[in-house]
Amino acid sequence: MLKVIKDRMIMLVFVVFGVSLITFLISNVIPGDPARMIVGQRASQETYQSIREQLGLNDPLIIQYFNYVKGLFTGDLGTSIRTQQPVLEDILSYLPATLELIIIAFMIAIFFGMIIGVFTGIYNNTMIDYIGRIFSISGVSTPIFLSGLIVIIIFYGQLDWLPSSGRLDLTMARPPTVTGFYTVDSLMVGNLETFRNAVSHIFLPALILSYVLLSTVTRQVRSSMIDVLNKEYIRTANANGLSKWTVNVRYALRNSLIPTITVIGVSFGSLLGGAVVTEIVFNWPGMGKYVVDSIGSLDFPAIMGFTIVIAIGYVLINLIVDLLYIFLDPQIRE
Amino acid sequence: MELDVRATHTELINRPSQLRLNWYRFRKNPLTLIGGIVLLLFIIIAVAAPLLTPYEPEVINMENRLAPPSMSHWFGTDEVGRDVLTRIIYGARLSLGMGITVVVIAGLIGTIIGAFAGYMGGKFGQIIMRIMDVILAFPTLVLAMALTAALGPSLINAMLAIAIVKIPAFVRLARSEALVVREQLFVKASKTFGLSDIWIIFRHIIPNVITPVIIQVSIDLGDAIMLIATLGFLGLGAQPPIPEWGTMVHTGWEFFMEQWWYATFPGIAIFLATVSFNLLGDGLRDVLDPKSIR
Repeated sequence: MLKVIKDRMIMLVFVVFGVSLITFLISNVIPGDPARMIVGQRASQETYQSIREQLGLNDPLIIQYFNYVKGLFTGDLGTSIRTQQPVLEDILSYLPATLELIIIAFMIAIFFGMIIGVFTGIYNNTMIDYIGRIFSISGVSTPIFLSGLIVIIIFYGQLDWLPSSGRLDLTMARPPTVTGFYTVDSLMVGNLETFRNAVSHIFLPALILSYVLLSTVTRQVRSSMIDVLNKEYIRTANANGLSKWTVNVRYALRNSLIPTITVIGVSFGSLLGGAVVTEIVFNWPGMGKYVVDSIGSLDFPAIMGFTIVIAIGYVLINLIVDLLYIFLDPQIRE
Repeated sequence: MELDVRATHTELINRPSQLRLNWYRFRKNPLTLIGGIVLLLFIIIAVAAPLLTPYEPEVINMENRLAPPSMSHWFGTDEVGRDVLTRIIYGARLSLGMGITVVVIAGLIGTIIGAFAGYMGGKFGQIIMRIMDVILAFPTLVLAMALTAALGPSLINAMLAIAIVKIPAFVRLARSEALVVREQLFVKASKTFGLSDIWIIFRHIIPNVITPVIIQVSIDLGDAIMLIATLGFLGLGAQPPIPEWGTMVHTGWEFFMEQWWYATFPGIAIFLATVSFNLLGDGLRDVLDPKSIR
């Protein structure tokens, strides 16, 4: 247990250094000039130089990098050129929207993924299996902007049942911030109208995002179900006349969950990537939209900050997955 | 005694060749076959592009802008009157060509690095693997975005970024296989003959790790096409007026509530290409890696 944590922590240090070095080098190799971007083309040479001095752009590269890493440890990711705010503050203010989207998508994907996975596993190589597999392979193959576009045209354009963008109606007041998740916050103060509005806004994006992960979950549950169902203890259980439900769920599903968890943990990353596209499609004010806007205005401190935060988060998620794995599989715990 | 010989003889005759066995496994799965057929169609379309359409992909015709699908323009026209179907047909060249190029290059580089890391082992191998771990610490799309943002949005830079994010998986794969091959007798024998490490790596290690690499290439193809299209959609890939599918969705996006055909059809093309690559990759894995057969 401790060894796993230690390994991951060493990994984390490597990742932070590696990632910061890569992003730092790239953003310094490119020809853009952040000082010029701030002061504009017409500013005097003096203001320009003082800004350069202020940003530390006149120092040698190695000093600049050293200062940047020093800042990282105190939570200072630099100042965004576009918003003029500290990058960390910006990211933290956009983080809850993204997390809310990802978590709900995650829950939808796991719920339906397990159901489809179990059925396609039990009815392996039948019509049910083929339909389930087509459905799930379509998930990894459908670009989010296509499925998003289709549901927006249908549910917003034609039927006008659901909104197509944002987290709340423009006329709706935000719930007081506790978690930053509008669905949770509105429930906490008992504001059902806001809650309904928030749910109607998050429904389509979360559904579309979940479809990406759904196939991964389905595939993994299916193949480990098939694995487990061929085991001797399943034959014994069947021979003993246990009910189908007991055999399939209590015996087979439970044992096929362990490999599933690893795969889900790894594919959380694809969900992070998918969230960026989903946020653009549904105009969802989260980190993905923030970074795409930052890329548009060559705001490198913001892009680097986002990249580093995501990389750290990704490593931490993998740590949690490892720990969960140990917790679930007694054989490893020993 | 004679009977025995005859038995072995007929057995030998009746034993299906490896190729026929593979073909049988391939055929057995209808989904793989569908994937293969769709892909074949795409390749024919890409190769025969000028023969299939009377229009040019980049010729502007402002009088006929944003026309809905009709007999003369099956998929409608875009904001400057270009035929959407024509642009999709020409886009097939780009998307398929780019996807295949990127994955094959990543596979080649990754295999060579991985073979060296596995064969040499020691500190060298460790350092290589730590570097790969850093790259793997990113979700692929996020890293590809950061790289294209830094390099500047263009088709070539998008390809470069995707190749970079695809390399580590191949390095890991080739290294783990190379670790096994390294211990085998023929490699040790080559060493005692005094053959150089480079020779051994290219003549013995790499040919023996190539099968799983090919499987990985076929699985990654669909993903690469999707990544290219996604970067295009985010405005980070090919720039207009290049008829890249993702870029077409990007420019068609502002019109999609009224002129739905403009963004939808290129999106469907991306879906079809990706899904057929994924089906084929799955099937190929079953054929080449019998252990994975269910």
